[in-house]
Amino acid sequence: MNTRQQSKVIYSWYGEPLSSDRKLRTSRYKGILITSERSRTETCIQLGNFILVEGENADQPFVAQLLDLYEDGGQQKHAVVQWFSHITEIPPNKRKLLKREVSPQEVFFDQVPGYDTDIAVETIIKSVMVIPLHLGEELPITLNKEQSFYVKQSWDGKCFKALSPDAFSKLKEANKKGGGISNSSNSFIPLDIISPLKKERESVVRSATKPKNVELEIESKHSASKSSLAKERHSQRVANGMRTPTARKKLQLNSPTRSSKGRLLGCEVLELLDDDCDAIVPLEPSANKRKVKFTGILGSPPKMPCANDKSKSMFDTAEHWQTFSDPIRLSPYSKVKDSSKKPKNLNREYDIICSIGHQELGSQSPVSTPRSRRICAQKTSALIAEQVSILNTLELNQEEDFLSSSDSSYSSSSEEEDNDVLCTPEKKTKSSRMLSTPKSSRKSSVHTPAKTLKKTPLPGTPKTPRNATPEIPRRNHEAQKPASILEEARLRLHVSAIPECLPCREEEFQDIYNFVESKLIDGTGGCMYISGVPGTGKTATVHEVIRCLQQAAENDDLPSFQFVEINGMKLTDPHQAYVQILELLTGQKVTATHAAVLLAKLFNTPGPKRKTTVLVVDELDLLWTRKQNVMYNLFDWPTQKHSKLIILAIANTMDLPERIMMNRVASRLGLTRMSFQPYTYKQLQQIISSRLNSMKAFEEDAIQLVSRKVAALSGDARRCLDICRRATEICEFASHKRTPEIVRMAHVTEAIDEMFSSPYINAIRNASLHEQIFLKAILAEFRRAGVEEATVQQVYHQHIALCRIEGMQSPTLSEIMAICSRLGACRLLLVESSNKYLHMRVRLNISQDDVMYALKE
Amino acid sequence: VEMHLLELLKRTTVHGESNSALIIGPRGSGKTALLNHVLRELTEMKQVRENLLEVHLNGLLQTNDKVALKEITRQLHLENVVGDKVFGSFAENLAFLLEALRKGDRTSSCPVLFILDEFDLFVHHKNQTLLYNLFDISQSAQTPVTVIGLTCRQDILELLEKRVKSRFSHRQIYLTNSFDFKQYIRIFKEQLSLPAGFPDESFAQKWNKNVQHLSEDKTVQDMLQNLFHHTKDLRSLNLLLMLAVSNVNVHHPLITASDLHEASKQSRMDSKANIVHGLSVLEICLIIAMKHLNDVYEGEPFNFQMVYNEFQKFIQRKAHCMYNFEKPVVMKAFEHLLQLELVRPIERPSVRAQREYLLMKLLLDNNQIMDALQAYPNCPTDVKQWAASSLSWL
Repeated sequence: MNTRQQSKVIYSWYGEPLSSDRKLRTSRYKGILITSERSRTETCIQLGNFILVEGENADQPFVAQLLDLYEDGGQQKHAVVQWFSHITEIPPNKRKLLKREVSPQEVFFDQVPGYDTDIAVETIIKSVMVIPLHLGEELPITLNKEQSFYVKQSWDGKCFKALSPDAFSKLKEANKKGGGISNSSNSFIPLDIISPLKKERESVVRSATKPKNVELEIESKHSASKSSLAKERHSQRVANGMRTPTARKKLQLNSPTRSSKGRLLGCEVLELLDDDCDAIVPLEPSANKRKVKFTGILGSPPKMPCANDKSKSMFDTAEHWQTFSDPIRLSPYSKVKDSSKKPKNLNREYDIICSIGHQELGSQSPVSTPRSRRICAQKTSALIAEQVSILNTLELNQEEDFLSSSDSSYSSSSEEEDNDVLCTPEKKTKSSRMLSTPKSSRKSSVHTPAKTLKKTPLPGTPKTPRNATPEIPRRNHEAQKPASILEEARLRLHVSAIPECLPCREEEFQDIYNFVESKLIDGTGGCMYISGVPGTGKTATVHEVIRCLQQAAENDDLPSFQFVEINGMKLTDPHQAYVQILELLTGQKVTATHAAVLLAKLFNTPGPKRKTTVLVVDELDLLWTRKQNVMYNLFDWPTQKHSKLIILAIANTMDLPERIMMNRVASRLGLTRMSFQPYTYKQLQQIISSRLNSMKAFEEDAIQLVSRKVAALSGDARRCLDICRRATEICEFASHKRTPEIVRMAHVTEAIDEMFSSPYINAIRNASLHEQIFLKAILAEFRRAGVEEATVQQVYHQHIALCRIEGMQSPTLSEIMAICSRLGACRLLLVESSNKYLHMRVRLNISQDDVMYALKE
Repeated sequence: VEMHLLELLKRTTVHGESNSALIIGPRGSGKTALLNHVLRELTEMKQVRENLLEVHLNGLLQTNDKVALKEITRQLHLENVVGDKVFGSFAENLAFLLEALRKGDRTSSCPVLFILDEFDLFVHHKNQTLLYNLFDISQSAQTPVTVIGLTCRQDILELLEKRVKSRFSHRQIYLTNSFDFKQYIRIFKEQLSLPAGFPDESFAQKWNKNVQHLSEDKTVQDMLQNLFHHTKDLRSLNLLLMLAVSNVNVHHPLITASDLHEASKQSRMDSKANIVHGLSVLEICLIIAMKHLNDVYEGEPFNFQMVYNEFQKFIQRKAHCMYNFEKPVVMKAFEHLLQLELVRPIERPSVRAQREYLLMKLLLDNNQIMDALQAYPNCPTDVKQWAASSLSWL
C-alpha cells in the first residue's frame, strides 16, 4: 500500500501559461513537468521534444513529437502531438512498398489522416530522441538503442515519401532545441544524457569486480529496457489505478550528484556513507555485512575494491530498500574492521541477515524496486561467478549463458530470475555445500520465476503454451474433387460454402454498410442492433459488410480499422467477452476483471492513436447477466468521446432491448436497429438458384417446392439448403449407376418427408403389443376419469381389463412398470420419477388423436 | 438406413463434407450396433481409415461441457501440443479447441467424427454451448466434422435451442424394431445356434437340431410369443436365453423347453409380490388391513393408527389362532414394511410428527396381494378369508 502511494507520478505544467483562450477556456503551456514522488525526480518535457506515448499494447509505446500543450476548461491536461509510426504499425501489405529492410529503431513521419493527435498528458511516458536522416544514410550505431529513433521517410497511409526538406530541418531544429534546453537547465537532465553517465558508472563498477560480464550485461539490458519500461509502467498503472512510475525510471533520473558517485573511489564512498548515515541508516548494515560475507567465504582478507563497490551498489539502492529493517545498527567503518578481525563471527551473523534479506526479496513486490534488486543481483552474480569459476569453469559458462538469455528475453522477469538464480547458489555456498549440485540448483532457479512472474508474459517467447498453435492433423490423402454434377451441386449447397454474393439482403447490406462507413469516416463510435430469426443471414451479411469495408480500406478509400468478433454462444461465461475482445485487440491474455479494466482504459482515455474498432457481438442475449454489467460496458464504450468503437450486436429477438435489458443499457444501445425478416419463398428460390449458379441439377419446380415448404415453416435458409442437399443424395441413390439424373419433385418430397415427419406415429406402430395395449389403457383411463393424467395403478387396472377382453395373459405389475419406463424413455409418455411405483403419474406426450390414429389398424 | 449412414460418413472422409445426423430409436433397437457396424465397414476402406479422427462422447460420462471439452482434447491428441496448459480454465479450453478446429479447412484438414452417445443428456448442458459449437463448425468452412448423435428420445428436436436447431442439418435416422413374430423366431434360432466353425462338429449338429426342434415346439413358441408381446427389445430375449443356457452342463447337454419355461417364469416374476412371500404372518395381516383401508377410503392415505385399529378389529372378532401382539411389536412390523418399501410415506418424516400418524400409501395392488397370498406357505385360513373380504367376520 505504502509503496504504491510513494510511487505516484504527478504531471504538472512547466512555467506560466503562454497564452489563454477566453472563449474556449483553454490555456497553453510550453512544457510539462513529470514528477515522480518516490524518487523525487522531475523530468521536463517541452514543446518540440519527442516522447513515448503509452500504446494499447504495453510492449509498443508510440513515438510522437510534442506540438502543443494546453489545459481545457475541465482542468484536463491535453497535448497535441505529431505521430511517428513504427514499421509494425504499418499494414503488412503496405510494408513491401518500402523495398528495404527496416530496423526496429526506424520510425516514419506519420501523415495518416484520421489519427487523433489530441492525447491526454497522462499517457506520456518519457522523452526520447528522434533523429532525421537522409534516405541513403545508414543508421548510426549508438549504445543508446532504446532512447533514440531515426526517421527517414514519411508515411501517409498510402505510400512512403522522403522527408520534405522543410520537415527535415524542423525535426533537426527540434532535436537541437530539445537537447539545448535540457542541457542548459541544471535541475532537469534529460534521460538520454544521464543514461550514458550511468552506464559509464556501471562499467566502472563492473570492471572492478569482473570485466568479463560487463559487456554482456549492459548489452542485454539495453535491448530489453525499452519494452520493459513501458510494460512495467503499464502494468503498474493498471494495478495502482494509474500513474505510478517505474523503479527503473527513477534510477535513470538520478540526480547528478548521485550518478557522479559512481566514479568515487572506495574510501570516498565509505566516507560518504558515513556522512549520509542518518539518511539511509537502515540499509547500510546489511550492505556491509553482505560484503563481509563474501570475504568470509573466500577465506581471504577482505578485498577493498570488491567490498567498496558492493557497498556502493547497496548504497545506490539503499533508498529503495526502505522497508528493510535491521535490528543491528553498525557504522560502516567499524563493520569493515570487524570483518577483518573476526570473520567467523560475522559469518554467523550473516546467516541471520541473509535470511532476513531473502525474506525481504520474497516479500517485496516487483513494482517497488526491480531495478535496484537487479543491480545487487548482478553484483552478487559477478562475485559468485568468480567463486564458481574456481570450482567449475563449465558451470560458469552455463551461468552466463543463462543470464544472457534470460536477460534478453524479458527484462522484468529476468530481473527476478537473476535474483533467484543468484540467490540459490548463495544459499548453497552459505550452507557450505559449495555448489555440489549445480544442476539441481539451476533447475530450481529456472522454475521459480514462474511463480514470481506477476506481469503479463512476453508475447514473443515461443515456448509458452499460450502461443502454441493447435491444429487438427492434416489428412493423409487429398480430398476428392466432386466428380458428378450432383456432387458439385451438393458442395455449393452446403451451408458452409461461401457464395459469390448474398442475394435478397441487398437493402440490409447497404444499411449496415452505410452505418459503419459513416462512423468510420467520422472517426466516431456507435451501436447497431440487428435481429432476426435463425438462418436469415444476419451474421453472413455482417461478415460481408466487413469484408467489403476491409476491401475499401485496403484500397485506401476508407480509413483502416480493426475488426473484432465475439459470439455469446462461444463464451463459457458472459465476462469472458472482455477477455476475448482484449485478446483479439492486443493479444494480451488476462483475467476477465483485469481485461475489463484494460478495455475501459483503452476506450475511455483520449489520445493514443488507435484505429477505429468494429466489434461484432453475435448472440447478444447470451451476454446477459443479472447486473447486466457486460452489456452495459459494451454499449457504454461507444458513447465515450474517444472510443472510436462501432458495435454491431446480433440477436434473435426483435424486442430484446425492451425485454431483457435495463433501461440504462437499452438507452445506450440506441435506436439504430435493423431486423431481418424471414425469407419469403421467392427469396429462398433465388438463394438456391444463385448458389447453383446456372448448374442444371434441379428441376425448377423442385426448387420452388422446397422454398415454399420452408418459407411456410420457418424461412430458415439453412433448412432450405439442407433439404436440397439431402434431395441430391436421394436422387443419386435412386439413380445408382444409371444415367445421371437431375433432382425432381419426388426426391425433394422424400427429403422433406424425412426431415419433417413426426416420428411418434411410426414409433407407436412399431411398439410391442403390450406397449400398445398400455397406451390404449391410458386412453381408456383418461376417458373414464376425465383428466389427462393417471397413476400407473389406474392404468394397470385398465390394462388388465383390456387383456381379459382380448383373452390374453395379463402382465404382472413389474412388467407394466418396465413397459411404462420404456415408453417414458422415448418420451411417448411423460412419467414421474419411478420411486413412487404404483402412484407414479403418467401423461401422454402426444395428442390422444395421434395415439388413436396410430393404433387404428 | 445403413446405406444412408455409410454414405454420409464416407462423404465426410472422402470429400471432407461436414454433416450432422441423429440416430433415434427406442432402447435396444440397435443404434449403437448400427453405428459400430458402419464404422467397421468404413475402416476397411484404406482411404477412410487413414483420414478419420473419431471422438466418442457419452452423455452419462461427460456430464458437463467442461468435462466434454477435456475429453475431446484428449481424444484428438491435442493436449501434447500445449503441455499441461490446456486443462486450464473452461474458457481457455473452449477457445483453444475452437481455434484448433477453425484453423482447418475442407480440403486439407483431417475430418473429425464426433459421436455423442446419449445425445439427449448433452442438451441439458448450460446454454447448449458444446452442441452449438459443434453444429456451427459443421455448418461453416472450418475443419470438416460430422456430428452423430444417438438418442432414444423421440422429442429430441424440441429440446434443441432454436439457434442450435437451425444449425443442425435435420438428418434423422429412425430405428424401430419393426420385425414380426416369424422374424423374431428366426432371430431366436440364430442367437441360440452354434456357428459353423464350432470345434465339436457332431455336438454342434446335435445342438442346432435341438434348437430347430425347440423353435417348432408349441410351448416354446407360446413363451416367445408372450415375450414378444411384452417387448421387442432383443436384449430381453438374450437375457432369457442366457438364463436357460446357463442350465446346460455335462449331464444335461441340451437345452429343453422346460429350461426355457423356467427362465421365462423367472424373468417375468413380480418383484414386489416376491417380497411379500418372505413376510411374517403379522406383516401379512398388516398389509391386508391396509388393503381394506384402501378399499374403504378409495386409495386415500392412511396412518399406522388406522392400520392398527383395523388389525385389532380382526383380532377381536375373528382370530382364534392369531396371538394378540403388543402395539410396539406391531409398530416394529410396520416399520419393517416401510423399510422394504411396501409402504411409503407421502411426505418426509419430520421430527415433530408422531410416527403413528404419518400418512402412508401402500405400494401394492390388490391383485398382487391376492396372488402373493395364494402362494404364501402355511397361511392361516381365517387370514385368507379376511383378505378375501373385510366383512368375513360378520
